[in-house]
Amino acid sequence: MATEAEGTGLVFHPMDQFIVKPLFGEGPVMWYTPTNAALWMLIAVACVVALFVLGTRGRAIIPSRLQSVAEVFYGFIYKMVEDVTGHDGVKYFPWIMTLFLFIFFSNMLALIPMSFSPTSHIAVTAVLGFGVFIAVTVIGFVKNGVHFLGLFWMKDAPVFLRPIIAVIEVISYFVRPVSHSIRLAGNITAGHAVLKVFAAFAGIALIAPASILAITAIYALEVLVAVIQAYVFTILTCVYLKDALHPAH
Amino acid sequence: MATETLAEGVAQGGAAVSSCLGVNGSAIGMPQLCADWMPNQIFWLLVALIAIYFFLSRVGLPRIGAVLAERQGTITNDLAAAEEMKLQAVAAEQAYVAALAQARTDANRIVAEAKAEIQKDLDAALAKADSEIAAKSADSERRIGEIRAGAMEAVAQVAKETAQELVVALGGARDAGAVDAAVSARLKG
Repeated sequence: MATEAEGTGLVFHPMDQFIVKPLFGEGPVMWYTPTNAALWMLIAVACVVALFVLGTRGRAIIPSRLQSVAEVFYGFIYKMVEDVTGHDGVKYFPWIMTLFLFIFFSNMLALIPMSFSPTSHIAVTAVLGFGVFIAVTVIGFVKNGVHFLGLFWMKDAPVFLRPIIAVIEVISYFVRPVSHSIRLAGNITAGHAVLKVFAAFAGIALIAPASILAITAIYALEVLVAVIQAYVFTILTCVYLKDALHPAH
Repeated sequence: MATETLAEGVAQGGAAVSSCLGVNGSAIGMPQLCADWMPNQIFWLLVALIAIYFFLSRVGLPRIGAVLAERQGTITNDLAAAEEMKLQAVAAEQAYVAALAQARTDANRIVAEAKAEIQKDLDAALAKADSEIAAKSADSERRIGEIRAGAMEAVAQVAKETAQELVVALGGARDAGAVDAAVSARLKG
């Protein structure tokens, strides 16, 4: 309390960047309030729309730069869905593309200084992770009926081991959405908090150069993390979807 | 001092707004775990996801898919056209080679024909020339014979006259008949 009151000393508030604030006024944050979180999510939507509308404006056979980027996203995710889930998974491609583009743009936009990172919030990633979990489970039961439970029953294993393995499989199945969402939120939160800590050190003239170098290095790492976490989230979604479509081991 | 900060914090909208904010407006613990803000984030997340999904499924992805399909079609067509042109080129080359061989045999035939014709003409010309030469040499032969005969006659005449003059010069009588007979006899012998 004393250091904060002085205001000039070394003050760490690495978590303040994650505070959700109303954009207009000072009122309490209701579910419908336009907040900074809402703003940056909608900017991500705007980026997706801009990429796909402006990029493909020419519908050129020989693509422009922006169109190549849009095509790379399309081709990359389409191929991932097709490779991992097989042909019958391709109809879920728009959903998986939605997830990937939202996470990708949220992660990247969060790296702009003074911006807000929606994907660092467990509320957001949990909705994504549990959304995928519920959707995949429903798809599994709708497509395969009771056979979907074969996912937990190893036919290759010795008979006396099967119940034990089934218990482990069930537990691991229910842990999936938790790890799925915490992985993303944890990575983004940790990276941004570390950046903030180093930024606070930059206030001290003596270690500022080292601190700024460290920020630069960690920023580069965070760019990598932003892309990789979007990729990891997407490919895990594909893997879970594959389990739902083809539960037999 | 302490009350001032507290008042300031409250004025900034800290504690009054949310239970997750300290008196000075900074976060208490992790803002990620603040239940007050979760409904807001979930609501706006669903708005964002549904917006992206509808945009992608209605506009974004069909467009890219169409462009990619069109490009694939163009590439396939171009490859097919290239294959066809290659076949045409091969056919053209074969036709060229055939035409070349045909031209070569034609040329050889024409050369042979021309040679035969020239030979014929040459033979005819040679035969004509030979006959002309033969005729000319026969004529010459005849004329040489005539000249030779004339010459002998002239020689006899000259000899007779010379002999007569010699006889006269030597004091003999001009007896033409006897001298001529003597000269003729001498010439025959």
